[in-house]
Amino acid sequence: MLKKSIAQILVGIDSNSVLSGARKIKTRIITEINKQGISDQVQVIETGSIGPINEGVVIGIYPSGEIYANMTEDVIEEFIRERFIKGRPYKKLLLSKKLSTGVDTTTYDSRKTQHYGRIVLENCGKINPEDIEEYIGADGYEALGTALEEKTPEGIIKTVKDSGLVGRGGAGFPTGLKWSFAKAAKESPKYIICNADEGEPGTFKDRLIMEGDPHKVLEGMAICGYAIGANTAYIYIRGEYQLSIQRLTKAIKDAEKLGLLGKNIFGTDFNFNVKIKIGAGSYVCGEETALLNSMEGLRGEPRLKPPFPAESGFLSKPTNVNNVETFANIAPIILNGSEWFKKVGTESTPGTKVYTILGHIKRPGLIEVPMGITLREIIYDYAGGMSSGKFKMAQIGGTAGDIFSSKLLDVPLEYQELQKLGHNLGSGAILIMNETVSIANFLTCCMKFFVHESCGKCSVCRIGTRQMYEAFKRLEKKEAYFDELETIKELAGELKLTAFCPLGQSVASPVLSALKYFGKELVQGVNPDKKHEPVTRENMNRGFKPLVYGNK
Amino acid sequence: MTVKEIVKEHGNKRENLLQILHDIQNQNPDNYICEKAICELSKEMNIPVSGIKGTASFYTMFSFTPRGKYIIRVCESPPCHILGAQTIFEAIELKLGIEVGETTDDGLFTLEGTSCLGVCGVAPAMMINEEVYGNLDKEKISKILSLIQNKERK
Amino acid sequence: MSVNIIINNMEVNVPRDTTILDAAKKIGIKIPTLCYLADLQNPGSCRMCIVEVEGAKALQPSCVTKVSEGMNIRTNTKKVRDARKIILELLLSDHPWECNTCDRNQSCELQKLADEYGINEVRFQSVRERMPLDESTPGIIRDPNKCILCRRCVSVCQDVQGVDTLAPRARGFDTIIAPGQGDMLSEAVCVQCGQCAAVCPVGAISEKDDIDKVWEAIDDPNKFVVVQTAPAIRAALGECFDLKPGALIKGKMTTALRRLGFDKVFDTNFTADLTIIEEGTELLTRLKKALVDKDKNVALPMFTSCSPGWVNYMESFYPELIPNVSTCKSPQQMFGAVAKTYYASKVDKKKEDIIVVSIMPCTAKKFECNRDEMNDSGVKDVDYVLTTRELGKFIKQAGIDFINLPDEEMDAPLGTSTGAADIFANTGGVMEAALRTAYEIVTGKELPFKGLHIAPIEGLKGVKEASLKIEGTTKEWRFLEGVTLDVAVAHGLGNAKKLIESIKSGEKSYHFIEIMACPGGCIGGGGQPRMTTDAIRQARINAIYKEDEGRKFRKSHDNPAIKEIYEEFLIKPLGEKSHHLLHTTYTNKKEPSPKK
Ligand SMILES: Cc1cc2nc3c(=O)[nH]c(=O)nc-3n(C[C@H](O)[C@H](O)[C@H](O)COP(=O)(O)O)c2cc1C
Ligand code: SF4
Ligand code: SF4
Ligand code: SF4
Ligand code: SF4
Ligand code: SF4
Ligand code: SF4
Ligand code: SF4
Ligand code: SF4
Ligand code: FES
Ligand code: FES
Ligand code: FES
Repeated sequence: MLKKSIAQILVGIDSNSVLSGARKIKTRIITEINKQGISDQVQVIETGSIGPINEGVVIGIYPSGEIYANMTEDVIEEFIRERFIKGRPYKKLLLSKKLSTGVDTTTYDSRKTQHYGRIVLENCGKINPEDIEEYIGADGYEALGTALEEKTPEGIIKTVKDSGLVGRGGAGFPTGLKWSFAKAAKESPKYIICNADEGEPGTFKDRLIMEGDPHKVLEGMAICGYAIGANTAYIYIRGEYQLSIQRLTKAIKDAEKLGLLGKNIFGTDFNFNVKIKIGAGSYVCGEETALLNSMEGLRGEPRLKPPFPAESGFLSKPTNVNNVETFANIAPIILNGSEWFKKVGTESTPGTKVYTILGHIKRPGLIEVPMGITLREIIYDYAGGMSSGKFKMAQIGGTAGDIFSSKLLDVPLEYQELQKLGHNLGSGAILIMNETVSIANFLTCCMKFFVHESCGKCSVCRIGTRQMYEAFKRLEKKEAYFDELETIKELAGELKLTAFCPLGQSVASPVLSALKYFGKELVQGVNPDKKHEPVTRENMNRGFKPLVYGNK
Repeated sequence: MTVKEIVKEHGNKRENLLQILHDIQNQNPDNYICEKAICELSKEMNIPVSGIKGTASFYTMFSFTPRGKYIIRVCESPPCHILGAQTIFEAIELKLGIEVGETTDDGLFTLEGTSCLGVCGVAPAMMINEEVYGNLDKEKISKILSLIQNKERK
Repeated sequence: MSVNIIINNMEVNVPRDTTILDAAKKIGIKIPTLCYLADLQNPGSCRMCIVEVEGAKALQPSCVTKVSEGMNIRTNTKKVRDARKIILELLLSDHPWECNTCDRNQSCELQKLADEYGINEVRFQSVRERMPLDESTPGIIRDPNKCILCRRCVSVCQDVQGVDTLAPRARGFDTIIAPGQGDMLSEAVCVQCGQCAAVCPVGAISEKDDIDKVWEAIDDPNKFVVVQTAPAIRAALGECFDLKPGALIKGKMTTALRRLGFDKVFDTNFTADLTIIEEGTELLTRLKKALVDKDKNVALPMFTSCSPGWVNYMESFYPELIPNVSTCKSPQQMFGAVAKTYYASKVDKKKEDIIVVSIMPCTAKKFECNRDEMNDSGVKDVDYVLTTRELGKFIKQAGIDFINLPDEEMDAPLGTSTGAADIFANTGGVMEAALRTAYEIVTGKELPFKGLHIAPIEGLKGVKEASLKIEGTTKEWRFLEGVTLDVAVAHGLGNAKKLIESIKSGEKSYHFIEIMACPGGCIGGGGQPRMTTDAIRQARINAIYKEDEGRKFRKSHDNPAIKEIYEEFLIKPLGEKSHHLLHTTYTNKKEPSPKK
């Protein structure tokens, strides 16, 4: 039943293009493709804004990457004939620009990944995410079937444990072990939560997985449900991810219709229901206990641990929380076995890693690569090199991640190697910067993010992040106090030691690594003559503008 | 829909509060959650007003004061920042004459800063209501805003 | 099961579920805390109590971390001290440095820690916006600028009182603690119980200070200033002078008040006895109407009404109970009305010239005396209310060496009272006092309990109940023969809610119910010396029972001054004069509705 299409037409549907008749054009294209008898080879996919704005209806062709603008209904017949029957570009409306990162496309170097094959993104961009039959055609839901019919829950957990899969949400906790805790919990019901809050700046891998292959995530969740004994699952997804929400909603409905979710899956007595919960704008809600509070309709403040979610989670019941990418790894592992999985990646961290690569590089976007490749390889082999200027630094793992200087270009990116250097892999975002970026300015921006996103529960993080922000602002303006750098270092150290949750603790990562590698540059912001002002009534509570916008 | 109907649709359990708040805000022409709705919600869901406000005010997507028909949320996280988010703010401020947190006099636009929108592949980026715009520059901003203005003036 | 641990090189053996904080306390090691609140909350959020635990990467909050076998803990290493210092510096960076003019000067937990940790410089600049002071209610004053967001008040207001007025708002650096509706307390439903003020570690929530007004009245030669002291004060005021909780200081307090310049020192206990006569009669009347006249409209169970915090709560949350609540005013308001009428004529003073000052454990009383209904004497019945804490300050201002004062007696007649009035101060006390009298009226015999104490309704259990079979009734009360009187007692509004809900659901039914808004009753009132823990509540309760037991008269109807006031003035319980002066009405204040 596999409908492998040769090409995909991406129709950008956003508020502008809709005004220019994008939906009509989409229908028209489909009609035309059917008429010309190529519907098994060309597939039409709706996507968000493709890039060019105010160019009427814009469509992109995947994988070739051409972009056509100002499409009108009357050219469609000719366009389809030229482009797909005759196989040559339709020059009249062709834009010089190539489909870049596109909101929905992936950029990857086939030379590298072909060798290993992709695991998580295997189907992305190849099958129509809105068509469950295509997923099934690509061996979809076979792992779930095998699991339910041939394996015991214990067996599944063992396979996942053996595979060495660790969570892809940032903390790097062994997935099989986590499942075994949830399985061991006595209370019922149990819940499964897929963490799709993805708020770490620079990270959008989960979105592309959900948009590109939603069933893979659902299948992984269902297998997990069977393994730990849970019948209800939630996907907690950030409110901004409208397309993911739509696709998942449809995917759930379709799977239920085919008996792949819902009651008596595959005719067994296993029931599994998936519901979607939508966030409302808060990064810390990605932290699993804050997420639980948010799901319960409370303020998204992290909870005390212990008890861990596996013991007392959603509504105080045993709950297993995993990241989207983690779940997307499950079906392939079950289908191919743990040994197969371990062939990829490094010994300590098997499997692939999906990275988002961004910044001053030629080809920003998403790649799935084996664990353990280096920054240099990422920049020069995958990202096509720097787009401008010289490499200065990279931030690994999002805003909560460490800042690497050129000294670290050849360190293998995987959990253990990085830990040796006191660094962390984080969420999988890699932000590459050239020499135009000043370190003080960059850190001011990072700190603004933390001020914005701190939940405010504990004093060190609530006030500490704001003071960090003020300090880097001063450094940027070259007006920092004589002892500013020591104060910053001490404060960062204390955040790491005393903050309530990993958000506050992780503020130290960019700060301390920047001090380590770019201390010389930062010193330039210090004014050695500037002493602390004594506190007086005049300079107390002088009324700075709040940093959090919105109207509370 | 009335608050009562919205609550009925989702069920009056506290777990559904965020969803309900989204719906209440979305159906308000001024894009915010009004005091009256909160009081009604308090009665319908049996949650104290302080609890509803405490929760709602935690999340940046909710507002307690009227906002424009179009909410422009410009990403100011590092990846967008290094690719020019600041110029985006400036371009919008110039074009609309409002600063972050403010609403235009015609009630059309409210400008807000936001953390990463998850579309950093096309940084710098922004969202206007539910629509994402990427690879922005001054010219594009101007065109996008004009387009909306023209549509609304018609 | 116990575990062996090492703290600062000392070995200790403690039960398994002990926190590091408690284990340390056991061997005399003090760990500083701010957000932790004994018996109530430990959110683990202020991070002041962090300690080093061998093997752990980060410092551990001792208030929430449980000990485990072999744990090696250090509570005062450089690492720990530095971390605590930074936390204090951060908290102080945005704190108004106004200790000299602050209500909590010298009693502030933050100030004390800043002293102990030798904070001699704050390296961080202030960035917070100045917020307006909230003086909108008669009882409570909030200064959000001083708030350190420990959320003790939130815990109390939500979890203990179930009023849910205070809650965190916004997030991150901009987080504030705010009333649910609007920005000012008056815009929200706040029952003014002051429990939040009683737990705040700093000067962010306090009672409204009325000391200066009282000074002014005392200094005015044309005013005759009388003072009444609630029963709960005598077991707690000593704490303001570093005496142990439960030290009985009634005699010293009387002397102090006299030396402060009050013209007469009276006792709220007098009107507490009066309340028993009025309320007891009201109960018996209701029972008669229900049992003999088979009147379906009689509202039972009857609820007590002496706690204004409870009255406020009832008016806002359960206005349907208005007919069930006794119409008796609280003893403080009865006192005001009686002082400005009965006593005024006795000493031949104009009511306008008499100033009534109350010393109360309570912030809600500040609210109560300002209610529109509370001027039945023709002027404001009670002029000013000072809390126990304010009285402590007042005495210090006057330079009185409290500890070394001799004991004096209160003035007659409004200072004469019984042990039944003393126990008004604690949970279960009003019920016990009422039954001591009612039972005797109905049977002519003393309440058949050891020491006149009704054991099941004593103590700190949230909801308590008792049944009393009435036997051997006099002729007049024959209709009660064999009837079992079911009573219940709740303290803390969260418990009151539970009790009311159990009645509404039909699960329980009673004849008479006592409710006090504050946990433990007035001895744990919102105006009592800080901090109040369950252990301290119990110490105060024990003291009150001791006071009761030492009395010549222990039943309200035995109070000679009460007999006198009925003979000379009131004529009879629930009579016309009583009705006018001693009883009141309530208003339905059901919320919420938008305020703007
Ligand atoms: C501040 C913060 C934000 C986080 N955000 C996310 C997130 O957006 N998505 C995610 O999967 N995990 C996030 N995490 C990690 C989660 O707490 C949790 O470890 C993860 O969801 C577990 O899934 P995994 O075991 O599959 O990695 C975040 C953690 C912190 C401290
Ligand atoms: S570290 Fe920051 S985000 Fe985490 S609990 Fe504390 S204030 Fe909240
Ligand atoms: S009005 Fe009632 S429900 Fe609302 S905040 Fe106040 S106490 Fe709570
Ligand atoms: S709250 Fe404490 S530290 Fe703050 S001004 Fe008052 S006494 Fe000083
Ligand atoms: S403690 Fe210091 S600042 Fe305060 S009053 Fe005394 S001298 Fe002045
Ligand atoms: S006085 Fe009582 S009801 Fe009012 S805010 Fe304080 S604790 Fe809550
Ligand atoms: S008002 Fe007081 S008790 Fe409440 S959070 Fe602030 S400091 Fe803590
Ligand atoms: S017990 Fe409470 S209500 Fe009764 S007189 Fe004393 S303070 Fe007033
Ligand atoms: S219990 Fe006592 S202190 Fe508390 S509100 Fe009632 S009368 Fe006041
Ligand atoms: S950083 Fe701007 S969208 Fe992610
Ligand atoms: S007292 Fe332990 S964290 Fe506040
Ligand atoms: S958060 Fe507990 S006192 Fe600061």
